[in-house]
Amino acid sequence: MSFAALSNLFMEAALVTYAGALLAYLAEILFASRQDRDRAAELVGAGAAGRGTSTLVEAPAHALDGHRAPTRWVDLANRLGRIGLTVTVLAFSFHLASVVTRGLAAGRVPWGNMYEFSTMGALAAVAVFLVVVRVYGLRWLGVWVDAAVLVTLGIAVTVLYAEAAPLLPALRSTWLVIHVFAAITGSGLLTVATIVTVMYLAAHGRESRLAAGAAPKRLDAYAARLPTSTALDKVSFRLYAVAFPVWTFAVVAGAIWAQYAWGRYWGWDPKETWSLVTWLIFAGYFHARSTAGWKGRAAAVVAIIGYLSFLFNYFGVNLLFNGLHAYSGL
Amino acid sequence: MGSDVATSTAAPTITHTPPPPAMGPLQLARWAWRQLTSMRVALILLFLLAVAAVPGSVFPQRRVDPLAVADFVEANPGTAPWLDRLSMFDVYGSPWFGAVYVLLFISLVGCVVPRSRHHLQAIRARPPAAPRRLERLPEHRRVTSDRDAQGVLDVAEAALRAKRYRVDRTADTLAAERGHLRETGNLVFHFSLLLILVGAALGGLVGYRGTAVVVEGETFANTVTQYDDLSPGRLYDPADLPPFSVALDDFEAVFEEERGSQRGIARDFTAVVTYRESPDDDERTTTIKVNEPLQLGGAKLHLLGHGYAPIFTVEDGDGDIVFQGPVPFLPQDKNFTSAGVVKVPDAVPEQLGFQGFFLPTAIIDTELGPTSAFPGALNPAVVLLAWRGDLGIDAGIPQSVYQLDLDNMDKVTDDGQPVSQILGAGDILELPDGLGRITYDGYVTWINLQVSDNPGLPVLLTGSVLAMVSVSLSLFVRRRRLWFRVAADAGAGTVVDVAGLDRAHGGDLADELDALVRRLGEVGSATSTMEGSPVPR
Repeated sequence: MSFAALSNLFMEAALVTYAGALLAYLAEILFASRQDRDRAAELVGAGAAGRGTSTLVEAPAHALDGHRAPTRWVDLANRLGRIGLTVTVLAFSFHLASVVTRGLAAGRVPWGNMYEFSTMGALAAVAVFLVVVRVYGLRWLGVWVDAAVLVTLGIAVTVLYAEAAPLLPALRSTWLVIHVFAAITGSGLLTVATIVTVMYLAAHGRESRLAAGAAPKRLDAYAARLPTSTALDKVSFRLYAVAFPVWTFAVVAGAIWAQYAWGRYWGWDPKETWSLVTWLIFAGYFHARSTAGWKGRAAAVVAIIGYLSFLFNYFGVNLLFNGLHAYSGL
Repeated sequence: MGSDVATSTAAPTITHTPPPPAMGPLQLARWAWRQLTSMRVALILLFLLAVAAVPGSVFPQRRVDPLAVADFVEANPGTAPWLDRLSMFDVYGSPWFGAVYVLLFISLVGCVVPRSRHHLQAIRARPPAAPRRLERLPEHRRVTSDRDAQGVLDVAEAALRAKRYRVDRTADTLAAERGHLRETGNLVFHFSLLLILVGAALGGLVGYRGTAVVVEGETFANTVTQYDDLSPGRLYDPADLPPFSVALDDFEAVFEEERGSQRGIARDFTAVVTYRESPDDDERTTTIKVNEPLQLGGAKLHLLGHGYAPIFTVEDGDGDIVFQGPVPFLPQDKNFTSAGVVKVPDAVPEQLGFQGFFLPTAIIDTELGPTSAFPGALNPAVVLLAWRGDLGIDAGIPQSVYQLDLDNMDKVTDDGQPVSQILGAGDILELPDGLGRITYDGYVTWINLQVSDNPGLPVLLTGSVLAMVSVSLSLFVRRRRLWFRVAADAGAGTVVDVAGLDRAHGGDLADELDALVRRLGEVGSATSTMEGSPVPR
């Protein structure tokens, strides 16, 4: 079997395995919310009993044998979450194997067209996620990271797929290795950071509704199991703080390469323009964090807009605009 | 403007909302300066710059692709003049774009200079003295040690200095501080952005960049007249162009011939050139590739594009050869269907013009007619359409070498049919009415050579490297303050209070305190009030 075919096979295996991990995570959420409902019912039952009415008989059966049932759901949910994480690690290995064999098939670094950028970007996001799980223990991020990775890989396999082939002459440079690797690492960091930021907004919304005594929204049940908004803000800031210098480096390395290959370091090519726009928005994010009235929610929204700008720079600019970065291979 | 509304000098009356204080020109200027240098305005300017940059990626830009602008103007006659008035085709040179980034940089200077002054003072100042009640700080430990008070402080001071804290010691306390590098990084980062701006301006003032089409077998001499397009910096004298010359000996493009979907994709471009650094120097031969420019006389020579130049011989009605040589044709699509014209002003009895297409791999498409199916020259052919009349060259008005001015020309017809023909190498197109004939002799290639020199590059590189290092410092260095206070225990030992404070939450402050306490020896009844606890799972 050729390396190219092997790479595709590994990619299929990774897709299936990521899907499996996603199912495990979803089941975790399901059972954890089951526990919430049971606890709520239990509280209703207990409260009713305390007030001396006769609704005790209407309470769910498990309320009679105390707290064993909720614990069982929690155990099950936790076990599913751990399974999800283990399966994600397995999927990551397949994914990595696919990328490596792709590089062997093409005889070069496996980032030379949009299919490869996408698979590498997704790989970087999972790698960042696994590091975040190790450092901060944020396993619950898995469901969102897995979903994002599945969507990205799905688009890569169906829409962006290009055969393993040598590089275009314009890409044949050491700077491809450096510049694109930095951009891909940055994309992984930004993706996970932005997922944490969205979770921050969910947690923040719930907390402010609680504080104001407002009626909870439907999503608050999920947000209730998230860490505090303060903790989430901290984690997302750390990730953006790593992503920003990496992104800066990617832009600078791109400019150095452009100077070397085209004799001009900056030519307002759409890709260059949008990488600057993205950089400016994230610069805005860091300033917003230390500006009165912009801290918290507003800064988070700025970061999300920055991420959307990054996404547009990748998909929009590569596919819509006819610039110098038209390397989609489509 | 403020003096008219000087209500503040009026007798005190009871008003519900006090009017804004009157401002003289000086106060107004000071107020405006404070606004401009405030973080909020900097933030708005950052977003404004991001938004202002966007239209340049949507509309074609003159400085990037003037042909695309011309096409756009032609396709949108209604909106284009308005867009042009708003500088939409030259966004990055427009007054409003310039205004935003100049304001942003002024705001940056106005913010960073005073902060630098404060920072210099802070660096020289002693670490702040220990607060009276250390147990109220976010992290606090109390331990008893066997050592005497000064022994404890000795150990603590050594440990802290080893960790690069600045330490200030009194009889019974130790104040320590680290992390000024964070603000240093922050300030250096902003100054390095200024350096990048200076580097960019420098390149624009004293550098130059130009392009020229060089046909295989011909020589490019580095003088103004040989350029198709030259943009020297404002302070650059084109007479200073280094006197090198470059001859294109051979150009080869390799295209993918296999691999189905990738067929026709470029695989390699190589230009073999012979050059002289100056007219007196020896000839040298080398290659230029896309990612391998040639450095010559301080300038860089880049291979930007390539195309085909079919070779024609034109004989006029008298049988004289009035034109002979290669004519660069411009590629129109990815299969290098190339368009161009041949102008023959010296032909008699009438001036002749030919519109043509060069097809590197000619096929006859049932719908498109003759077209190219592959960018490589597998089956080269040209299609010519002949014109007669006045080329309009004699008027002295400059015109494009890639287009015929058809105002005073007519199609050459034979029995009412326009004369047009597909020619393989060596084929002849005979013109009726004794006008002459044209022979397609074969083809050579041409390259688009870019010559550039940018003296701002070292400044730009320095600024960029400085920016990357300093922004990392400003984001990763942690500011931390630690205090020790010792008191004699009722027994034999010493009671030590250790406390710390981070500028930002979520660090390893607790870990560091624990490690310090361990250094002091026996861990006593350590009390701790934890706020920066780890993230819940």
